[in-house]
Amino acid sequence: MKRAILAALGLATGLAVPASAEDIKVGLMLPYSGVYAALGNDIEAGFNLGLEHFGAETGATFEIIKEDTEVKPPVALGKAKKLILQDEVDVMAGIVSSGVLAAVRDMVHGAGVPLIVANAGNDEATGEQCSPFITRMSFSNGQVNRPMGKWMYDQGIRKVFTLAPDYAAGRQMIDAFAATFTAAGGEIVGQEFTPFQKTQDFGPYLAQAKASGAEAVFVFYAGGEAISFVKQYDSFGLKAELPLYGSGFLTSSLYVEAEGPAAEGVITALHYVPTLDNAANVAFSEAFKAKTGRVPSEYAVQGYDTARALIEATKTGAADRASLANALRAVSFEGPRGKLAIDPATNNVVQPIYVYETVAGEAGLTQKVLGALPAEADPVNGCEMPAITN
Amino acid sequence: MSLDLGFWALQGLNALQLSMLLFLLSIGLTVIFGLMHFVNLAHGSLYALGAYFAATLAGFGGYWAGFFLAPVAVAGVGVLLYSGLIRRMRKSGPMAQVLVTFGLIFAMLDLTRLFWGDLALAIEVPEVLGGRVALLGIEYPTYRLFIIALGLAIFAALAFVLGRTQIGAMIRAGVDNDAMAACLGINVERLFFIVFCVGCALAGLAGAVAAPLLSVTPDMGLQILIPTLIVIVIGGLGSLKGAIAGSLIFGFVQTFGAVLAPQLASVLIYALLAAVLVVKPVGLFPAKG
Repeated sequence: MKRAILAALGLATGLAVPASAEDIKVGLMLPYSGVYAALGNDIEAGFNLGLEHFGAETGATFEIIKEDTEVKPPVALGKAKKLILQDEVDVMAGIVSSGVLAAVRDMVHGAGVPLIVANAGNDEATGEQCSPFITRMSFSNGQVNRPMGKWMYDQGIRKVFTLAPDYAAGRQMIDAFAATFTAAGGEIVGQEFTPFQKTQDFGPYLAQAKASGAEAVFVFYAGGEAISFVKQYDSFGLKAELPLYGSGFLTSSLYVEAEGPAAEGVITALHYVPTLDNAANVAFSEAFKAKTGRVPSEYAVQGYDTARALIEATKTGAADRASLANALRAVSFEGPRGKLAIDPATNNVVQPIYVYETVAGEAGLTQKVLGALPAEADPVNGCEMPAITN
Repeated sequence: MSLDLGFWALQGLNALQLSMLLFLLSIGLTVIFGLMHFVNLAHGSLYALGAYFAATLAGFGGYWAGFFLAPVAVAGVGVLLYSGLIRRMRKSGPMAQVLVTFGLIFAMLDLTRLFWGDLALAIEVPEVLGGRVALLGIEYPTYRLFIIALGLAIFAALAFVLGRTQIGAMIRAGVDNDAMAACLGINVERLFFIVFCVGCALAGLAGAVAAPLLSVTPDMGLQILIPTLIVIVIGGLGSLKGAIAGSLIFGFVQTFGAVLAPQLASVLIYALLAAVLVVKPVGLFPAKG
């Protein structure tokens, strides 16, 4: 189980293989157990699909070594050490939880092993804690929510009540939205942070939102909490008088079916929407559906683009840790999410953000894209990026 | 914020609804403990199992199939647990019991993941219970009222069985002094078995009822375990009165804490727990005086 070897990718390419084909060892660190197992599996499915689609473009072959982070920082740190010291991987990829990313950051940075982050969105990872070896292909918490402030103001919304779980990501997501919304001239009339993964009943907070005099509610919830929240919001009949907006994880295609009709009409913003109408996304989502029988989620596309970034980096001839790290920072391509590039100042991905509404489709819920907000690089946030030296 | 009467009525109903959900869970756990001196930490896993059974059964026969059959199925799992594990563990002391049932939590967590996958499942509220009811000048979701009514009904039924019937007297005798009860000719072991199964069924019922309100995820049992333990420690072990009092205290403190002192919402209940333990270490209404 631990070692899934994906070699022989170069064999199919006949002509393209340069004489000095490199074998690159990749350590894939994802949660295969614990609360984020569904995310880990989706990222891996996307990653494998990425290798399949673009593997032929590079002469390098990849040996994948999978490790389960179990969403536990100490466990993940042990696994990272094993990958770096024992398996001597050339590059690492994955990481779903920001806590796990913070735990392995110094190890990765100190050992000089390039790490492609495939989910964890903590702002600090590409801010104060940035490293030339850590490149993020997913998103940052602020990035996803920042454009929504102005967008909602432009829709004529002036007073908003916000809700999010009380932990770092919840606060970063809401802060980014609140900053741009108030800068545009809007007012945050109430703000609550609910105990993270300890809140069974959102009723008390919903009654407060209703009594606050807000015109709309903006929230961030993900996974099980998102499902409970959306269903409870609808059960109180709030959707009609108090439209629900949020960070797009709220109605992620990974679990929106579990929310059912309660999710209809919810408007959110995210860096990927499965129904984006571009050639790269059509090819990706059809292949993903054929493989898994599911609509690809943002997690799947992050895995897909992580594999693509790795392949793009090896196309420059990079094969060891330092050269791969440098090459990864210069990656840019047009993928299912649109045009992606790495911001050299922070190593965070620069990408458009899409506003979408969850609507009823022919076969269950689907997403209607309302607008694409232009890509913006994150503020540098205290990141000082030292140059990589061998 | 216009905090009128309707607002507080709404929050009162929210508190009551949360209390009743916790009551369904804690009553099984507390009576099992009171009677058998057995700490079943895997009680939360049975709740999760109830939700999963209900979600699966709802796929075939609609909500009510899940509602009625999931508790039966969970009681069936209870029978397996009892005959396979718990009967053997009866004499082995609380530490070993806690360790075994704690381990069981993780075994059951991974079993649910293997059978049902990592993705969250959902049950739709049946049509009769969908929508909202106008009440006390506010609109309140019918399904939440259903949970409150169900909790009160179960409380009334249990109060009747425990207080007015022969089997109830036997159970109370067993809780009070099991050795003496056995001497009087009560088959305490069989009583344990029945109580254990009923406790499991109630946990399953709680899962089935909570499923449409929350999401059905593998870790839902872990998330509910701590509140349940707090309820029975505050209320006092082994008694029906303790379970209902503990549930109401938890529900109201949690709900009104979230409204009045949101920064302290997650601390408040623990502070209360600590205070109860200092002032009355056996809880407010323990079974044994």
